[in-house]
Amino acid sequence: MKGLSFDVAHLLAGGLVLISFLLLYQTRLYALLNVFALQAVVLSLSVAWQAYVQGADHLYLTALFAFAFKAIIIPVALHRIIAELGIHRDVENVVGVGLTMLGGLALVALSEVVMLRIASDAGVLAREDLAFALSVVLLGMLMMVVRRNAVSMVVGFMSLENGLILAATAAKGMPLVVEISVAFSVLVALVVIGVFLFRISERFETVDAHALDRLRGRRG
Amino acid sequence: MTFGTIAALTVLALPAASAALLAALPSYRVSAALNVASALVTFLASVVFIADPPTPNAYILVDDLNVVFIVLNTFVGFTASVFSATYIAHEIETGRLTPVHLRFYHAMYQFLLLSMNLALLANNIGLMWVAIELATLTTVLMVGIYRTPEAIEAAWKYFILGSVGIALALFGTILVYMAARPILGEGVQGMLWTTLIEHAPAFESSLLNLAFVFLLLGYGTKVGLAPLHAWLPDAHAEGPTPISAVLSGLLLNVALYAVLRFKLLLDANAKALAPGPLMATLGLVSVVFAAFMLYRRRDVKRMFAYSSIEHMGVIVFAFGVGGPLANFAGLLHMAMHSLTKSAIFYTVGQIAQVKGTQRIAEIRGLTVSHPLLGWCLVFGVFAIVGLPPMGVFMSEFLIVSSTFARVPWLALPLAFGLLVALGALVLRLQGMAFGAPTGATAPTKSSALPILSHFALVLLAGVYLPPPLVTWFQHVAQLLR
Repeated sequence: MKGLSFDVAHLLAGGLVLISFLLLYQTRLYALLNVFALQAVVLSLSVAWQAYVQGADHLYLTALFAFAFKAIIIPVALHRIIAELGIHRDVENVVGVGLTMLGGLALVALSEVVMLRIASDAGVLAREDLAFALSVVLLGMLMMVVRRNAVSMVVGFMSLENGLILAATAAKGMPLVVEISVAFSVLVALVVIGVFLFRISERFETVDAHALDRLRGRRG
Repeated sequence: MTFGTIAALTVLALPAASAALLAALPSYRVSAALNVASALVTFLASVVFIADPPTPNAYILVDDLNVVFIVLNTFVGFTASVFSATYIAHEIETGRLTPVHLRFYHAMYQFLLLSMNLALLANNIGLMWVAIELATLTTVLMVGIYRTPEAIEAAWKYFILGSVGIALALFGTILVYMAARPILGEGVQGMLWTTLIEHAPAFESSLLNLAFVFLLLGYGTKVGLAPLHAWLPDAHAEGPTPISAVLSGLLLNVALYAVLRFKLLLDANAKALAPGPLMATLGLVSVVFAAFMLYRRRDVKRMFAYSSIEHMGVIVFAFGVGGPLANFAGLLHMAMHSLTKSAIFYTVGQIAQVKGTQRIAEIRGLTVSHPLLGWCLVFGVFAIVGLPPMGVFMSEFLIVSSTFARVPWLALPLAFGLLVALGALVLRLQGMAFGAPTGATAPTKSSALPILSHFALVLLAGVYLPPPLVTWFQHVAQLLR
């Protein structure tokens, strides 16, 4: 794979990493959701491009699924949940934005160094894609760590998952990609339903140290 | 079709059919009975694998390694369903659960058995990943079933940490496929255990190394290894007790099985890093950390959850040290821990029901007020801390002595951790089991049969292991290197 097809694939995968950075510094929940929807659009474009380049028709299904589910249904549902539960619209950060961005840069550098050195046999595009995918995964994890409220943790998890889908499509000819993306969507859907059903809003501080202490202190 | 193939179909299709049926049945008494019956038949079907394993195909693989896990899993799944039948009757009486909850609960129970069996039987690493993900989801829903703030908090925490672990494991799985692709070509061949293990020596070792790190961290989260264990105590403490027993006795093992399979791949590749030291380190950290955490516990289910972290640490450590003896001991310890810990949870569940509390400080003098339960608890704690003549003693003794033979300086911290844990558990046991009884003294209505059958097996294994079982375990231990 050379020339245009490589450049487009590279551009789209790189775009995912950039959008992950955008996610890191959003301070409003609605803006966060919009940026996430943008990432999902770029992901589905990237998957569709891989489907075209590799001639793998089943990947179109994954692309369509990613678009319908993550770019439309989930953001709309989360918008409504935020409105309905009256969740505080500002995002609370545990760590400052500057420090988070620096941490993000370090993670991207780490994944580039690790993947580019290791996957030398895997072909140029697969290698670059894996490096980008690992960056998106690590940035998603970073977001889950530095955010406090449930909705932005869910968004962090979903962007992490975008990285995994990117990796799975980059692994040329990998079977079960469609099944895995569906299984993951079930997981995501349940997280979202969980937020809604259990009324997990920001007063309920999920997995941060504060909440851990609460359980520990009371129950021992 | 051979008997093995029929058994494989039964082990998967029966829980699936039961789950669908139980979701529709309104009467919880009938459901509970059906749940037990289905789990029993599943167990019997899995026993067929010992005599007549089906030939591996693209979906199912039964070899000597996973037969141990499947038989153990379906057996504990069966006894837990017996315990669950009496447990939920009490929960209905006290109004903590409604019949609607129970329909959901029973359907989820069978679904959990299905996903665990699928994870153990799957020949495809992607399919195994999907099955473990489904098992995680099911247990999350079960942990949150009481809908108390604590239960929801525990379920949410488990959800987030479990999902991140699952995500890391998927990345590792993709990397394994990438490593296999240059050799095995594109398509499903690169994801089958049977072909992977055959061609593993030729794989790109650096990709395999990175994959294993992700897989160990990902599935290790589900095993409950120390820095990644935060979900485990809460999930055990806040969910229904049969689920605590299933979590500790089964689900941790399933995740461990996944780690072991990938360890085999790395072992087969001469240029890849040795997975042993990584696993031994994580295991040892878990043992020592959990042993000290045991002292500060005030909730009895949380305490035994920390004890599970400790024992999973011991098992992972044993497989990390490697060698025929340590592997043998690791397998034995896994079986003994599953049996003992699930029986302890059955006991603790009944105790919490008669006393109406899980707080250690409010449970006093059980041997006086409830002699059978009290002595079961005493026996269980003595068994789990590794006192002779029970099975855990033998496996722990083998692990420590084989470590002395291979890496002597690692045996000291391990033995130290085991002793610290022993001290903590016996200390807490004294208050709960002996002295003047406090609180409710109503007799328990639950059956002690599941508890006693497990303890009988644990005692028997400590006193006399049948030679065929020993040969079989030794054979598996050699497979594991």
